[in-house]
This record gives sequence, C-alpha cells and structure tokens, in this order.
Amino acid sequence: MACGNNCTCNRNESGNQDNSRRDFLLKGLMGGIGAAFLSGCSGSTSPKSESGDKVNVLTHDGKLVAVDKSQVANFKPHISEEDVRKGIPGKKFVMVIDLAKCDGCGKCTKACNKMHYLPSNKEWIEVLEMQDSPEVSPYYFVKPCMHCDNPPCTKVCPVDATFKREDGIVAIDTDRCIGCRFCMAACPYSVRLFNWTEPVKPNIVETTPAAENVFQSKKGCVEKCDFCPHMAREGKLPACVTGCPMNAIWFGDANEDAVTCYDGTTTKLSQLLEDGGAYRFMEELGTEPRVYYLPPVNRTYDAKEIKIEKEGK
Amino acid sequence: MEKLNPEIKNQIENELLSTVGRRYRQETFWVIFLGLICVGGTVAWIIQLRKGLGVTAMRDYVSWGLYISLLFFFVGVSLIGALVSCVLRMSGAKWRYPLIRIAEAVTLSAIFFAGFMPVLDMGRPERLYYLITHGRIQSPILWDVVAIATYFIGSVIYFYLPLIPDLAIMRDKLTDAPKWRRKLWRWLAMGWEDNLLQRRLLKKAMLILCIVILPVAISVHTISAWLIAFTLRPGWNSTIMGPYFVFGALMAGTAIMILIIAKLRHGYRLEHYLTPKHFNNLAKILLALTAFYLYLNINKYGVPAYKMAKEEKAVLNDLFYGNNSFFFWFTQIAGLVIPIIILSFKRFRQSIKWVVTASVMVLLGALINRYLIVVPNMLHPFVPIQHAQHGYASYNPTLIEWAITASSLAGFVLLIILLFKPFPVITMWEVTEEVEKRGEKEIGVENIITLQNIPTHAS
Ligand code: SF4
Ligand code: SF4
Repeated sequence: MACGNNCTCNRNESGNQDNSRRDFLLKGLMGGIGAAFLSGCSGSTSPKSESGDKVNVLTHDGKLVAVDKSQVANFKPHISEEDVRKGIPGKKFVMVIDLAKCDGCGKCTKACNKMHYLPSNKEWIEVLEMQDSPEVSPYYFVKPCMHCDNPPCTKVCPVDATFKREDGIVAIDTDRCIGCRFCMAACPYSVRLFNWTEPVKPNIVETTPAAENVFQSKKGCVEKCDFCPHMAREGKLPACVTGCPMNAIWFGDANEDAVTCYDGTTTKLSQLLEDGGAYRFMEELGTEPRVYYLPPVNRTYDAKEIKIEKEGK
Repeated sequence: MEKLNPEIKNQIENELLSTVGRRYRQETFWVIFLGLICVGGTVAWIIQLRKGLGVTAMRDYVSWGLYISLLFFFVGVSLIGALVSCVLRMSGAKWRYPLIRIAEAVTLSAIFFAGFMPVLDMGRPERLYYLITHGRIQSPILWDVVAIATYFIGSVIYFYLPLIPDLAIMRDKLTDAPKWRRKLWRWLAMGWEDNLLQRRLLKKAMLILCIVILPVAISVHTISAWLIAFTLRPGWNSTIMGPYFVFGALMAGTAIMILIIAKLRHGYRLEHYLTPKHFNNLAKILLALTAFYLYLNINKYGVPAYKMAKEEKAVLNDLFYGNNSFFFWFTQIAGLVIPIIILSFKRFRQSIKWVVTASVMVLLGALINRYLIVVPNMLHPFVPIQHAQHGYASYNPTLIEWAITASSLAGFVLLIILLFKPFPVITMWEVTEEVEKRGEKEIGVENIITLQNIPTHAS
C-alpha cells in the first residue's frame, strides 16, 4: 500500500506493486503538487531509532536523496469538507467503456461491490443485455453513473446533497441528503439507489467527509457510483477498472488526455475516442455524460448467447 | 333593498349559530371513526420511521408512490378555496357567499396535509430543517416549500378575515358560553363594532388578499406539477403538466365541495342556505372543468399516442392495454365521460342526488389519476429494467403504506369537520348583508326571510 499520500517518496514496495494499481496519475502529480506534499514526507524530524532501511525522497529543489525509513512520517493529508466539494484539483475524470470487449462477466460489479462494501443486491455498476431492435445483434451494456456535465440529478437536489465537483465527479454527501429521492426521479439513467432499510455496516473507520467515504450506504439516503474518488486521490484506478479482465473499461483524466485500463495500458483519450467511433449514452438528452462508449463492433465473444430479459419480467 | 327585519336577522343568526359546538350523533360517529383511522396511521408511521422506508413497497425503480400521489391530490384540492373566493368573486357570482367558509376550510385542511405528505415520504425526516439551513433555491422542492407555506398562511388569513364579524356576533350573542370561549372570541374579534369604516377596511383587505392569493394558488400546484415535469422521464417530460395539474385540481376540488355541502345540508340542517341552486351552479362548473380536463387528457395522451415514440410507447401501452389499463380507462370513462354526460342534462344537474353521484365518480377518477401520473411512468424508465430483485420491478403498496394513506385522507376530512365545529359554517354577516342588498334569489338561499319560529338550539 502507498502511504495514502500523493507524495513521491515511493515508500511503498514499488517492486511488487501490481499493474492494476499503477500510479497512472503520478506523472501529473509530480509536476503539479508533488512538492506541496513533500514537506509531509521529509519534513518530519521527530527522532526515531534508525531502522537501516533507506528510501528515496525527492526534495523540493528536485534532488533525490536517500533517507532512513524511520524519518518518513506516515502522512495523510487532511481532506476537508471543502476539498471534497471542490474535487481533486486540476483533474477532469473520464471513463471509456469498450462494448466490443465486454463479455458480460460482471466482474466489474463484483469488484465495485467489494470495494464499497455493497451487498449483492445493490449494483452501482450494472451490466445489462441490450438489443436496440429485434434484428440487430445484442450486446452487453455496462452502466455506471455517467457523471453528467449537465446533471439533471444535482439540479433538483433541494439541499445540495448531491453536487458536481470541479473534477467532473457527481458526488453525494450522505450527511446532508434528506432522502427526498427527487434526484432518483430526475436521473434518466436509473443510476441512483436508495437505502430503504438500515444497511449492514462494515467494520471500518473512515475519516474523510461523507462524500468521499468508501462505504456510502446510509439509511434513508441515496447512493450511486462515485468514480472512486478515494482511489483517485491516491492516484489509483477505480475498482471496476481494475476488476475488468477484458480491459473493457478505461479511466483517466481528460485534462491529461490519458486513460488507463486493467492491464496498465495507458493511451491517448482523444485517439481512443476517435479510432473507436465513441458515443455517449442518450446524448440527445443533453446530460453531457462523462462516460464514453465504444460501439460493440468486432466482438471478442459470441453475441448469440446473450439472452435479453423482457421488460417487466 | 330593504333592510332585513332585525327580528328575522336575529333568527337567521341564531339558526346559523346553532351548529357551533353542537354535538350531532352522526358527526360524533364520524369523528371517532376517522380519529381511529388516524391513530392507526400514526402507528404505521412510527413503524415506518423506525424501520425506514423499506416497509413501503417503494423501491429503486418506483421511488415515489402513494405518498407523492397524495401530495399532488391534496395540493390540488386546496385550489378550491381560490376558486370559490377569487374566481367566483371576480366573475361576480353572488351565490358564492354561503360557500366561502366551507371552501376555505377544505383549502386549509388540504394544504396542511399537502405540507405533511413530503415529510412522510422523506428518507430522513429528521433533516427537514436542512431545507432552511442548506436550502438550494434552484430546486423546485424549495419553490414548493415556499409556495405551500405562503398559500397556507394566505389561506389562514382568508379563513380568518371573514370570520371577524361573525366572531363579534358570537361574542355578543352566545353569552352563556363558557368564559374562556367568550374571552377567545373577544380577543379574535379584535374589537369589531360593525361600523362602516370597519366594514370598508375588511372588504378592502379581502379584495387585496383575493387578488394576491390567486397567483399563489396557481403557482402552488404548478410547482407540484413541475416536480415531475422537470425530469426527463418519458411521460413526465411534457409541457402540459402545469395546466393539466391545475385544472385536474380545480375539478377534484369542486367535486369535494359538492360532496361536503351535500353532507352539511342535511347534517347541519342548512337546507335553506345550501340549496339546489348551489348544487346546480357547482354542477355547471364541474361540467365545464371535466370537459376541459377531458380535452387536456386527449392532448396529454393522444398526442404522444399518435407518434408512439420509443420511450413513450412503453408507458402508453401500459396505460392503454397493460397492467394499469383498467385504472386508466376507469379514470377516463367513469371519471370523466360519464360525469360529463350526467351533468350535461339540466334535469340531472338540478337533482342533488345525480350531482353527488357525478361528483363521487369525478373524485374517484381524480384520485386514481394522481396515482397513474406517478407510478406507471416510474416503471418504464429509459434504461430497461433487468435483473430486478423481487418486488423492485412492480409496485404493490404495503399495508403500512395503505394505512398511512388512508389516515391522511381521514385526517383531511377530520380536520375539515373540526374546522366547522367552533364557527358557524355559513358566513353570517356576509350572507345577511347580501340578502339585504340583492335578495334571496341571487345568493341562492331560500325562504329565510319568511321563516317563522326557527327552533334554536343553543349549545
Ligand atoms: S447518470 Fe444520473 S446520477 Fe449520474 S450524474 Fe447523470 S443524472 Fe446524475
Ligand atoms: S435524495 Fe438526497 S441527494 Fe437526492 S435530491 Fe433528495 S436530498 Fe438531494
């Protein structure tokens, strides 16, 4: 595990770090705000017994120095209510879902549920079987929250409990939500879920404000896919991306024009959208989703096996 | 016009005052019955508060159900006060005078419960005050809160203003009432002496209020309609919602008004004051409103049905031939077409029985219609419902929900009855004044001048 900080001290065991947890955001952070966090790493001078292990630390003037491991404080930046409402500075998160690759295995959903401690009857990311008309070929359709840039859901919230952040994420503050469910009525993608009863709480302690909690379920409040902002803060990918063995889900930063998928491939977002003939789901509604889809062409699986559930059954 | 004989005026007042605080056996029965339903509903509500909204049948697809349908119903019914006190006033209908207080009582009770329904529906009612501390004025819910609160306050004032002279009459006449009551009346009558200046000021205040309250009333219901019209969902995403709600509401309110005066007429022995003329005139209004509402329905359902766009199709099929088709055709045929036919005939309009029958049908249709506006649309979202857990892709309200719904309706009727108890049901001073000015016929009262020896029953 990284120390939870976006610092550059590489304290974690970078050797055995698996691809799925690549620091895909690291580059941007090093140039931008890495220096700001450095004080948290090397600034700690509390006398501790030398352990002998050395780690490399980048100083603010760009020198790489080796210091003893015990000199590096385990620094967690304090994330304030305001930080959570603003979002991660300089970012514009975006997701690309390649429908040609998705074989409907549902591992994204499982990974997501595991990360957010959701019971199996809740799905923040849903895999649907779609068939646009009877003669055309069916396909699997993965549906997270679209994190719309013109979000109908946040527009109607009476108490600003669900809000759009500067980094593109549409988040929910479950300490604020009054449970009116207007946002559920307003979301055209049927993304939002409600806690009709008391959810089962996992045995974890969370210090971030509610909108960035990993466990978001609270009785009488709404919840939905949150693009894993707590992972993004650590420069990591959301659970669904690292859970999709088909490399069907890409996640990244539109400002950097880079997206990454399961196997660690990082590619140019604009190129991916252009080459793949990307589109957004129900573009005609004007919700401006931040999730792009690549159409299900040249599929890697047998489409004939897909069974379409008839509506209302 | 000639002045009423003070003797007769005295008798009229005595007769109208006789209902104040009086116990009627049938009424007591109803109060107890409705009260019991309310107790049951309160128990159900406590259960819901403790266990969460999971005790209802609402789930992620149908996330609004009976409670919100009822919200729309109550907001709608509350428009009747504005109809009687403002629209009829502006159209110069003099027969409205005996109806004003009844209409305002219905309005008050309806708007009270309209304010209550969203609280019942909230997942976190204990955070209600966030609407003030964290309110976002861009949200239609905030508008609704402001509009309902304004309309509630306006309706209280409108109930109170015409009551002042009546309170003064009570203060002066019912001298054998308990002391605290007389004190309260004296205090509420605010030193009314019935002089010309006071009358002029009161009438001016009522005129101003009447002009102010009409747009407020219309906005209350229009905003409620926007709660659903501001979403993109098929069936809701429509510009007709505002007028559709407002006119449906006026229709339902008129039907309720007819039913209530039919009950009061015999129950409170007000046959001379609530006469066939009132029924006939209200029936004409109801006819106009049902006909117009049918026209709006044809627009609301007919226009998309001609086009059958992909998303609308699922909702419309559900209504036309699907699970909800019985209810849909019931609201259209039994709730609109048949009442229109009944009310079109003068003979039926003049028969109180038929007018009441038509009103019952209209009211039932209007109630079901509210449900049809909310629920079927939620069952047909853009993204197809798949892999739904049991009970998620349908909506069959639970016992708790029915109990709370029934007790809200019961509470609504109960509050109306309770509002009738401490005051005369008919605005005494206005009716006598207008009878003096224009004669009985225009006001719609019958034989009150020639009445002899009215049995008085002081409380
Ligand atoms: S997909 Fe729905 S919940 Fe997500 S941002 Fe858009 S409207 Fe809101
Ligand atoms: S349910 Fe919560 S998040 Fe949704 S609109 Fe209501 S208060 Fe806002």
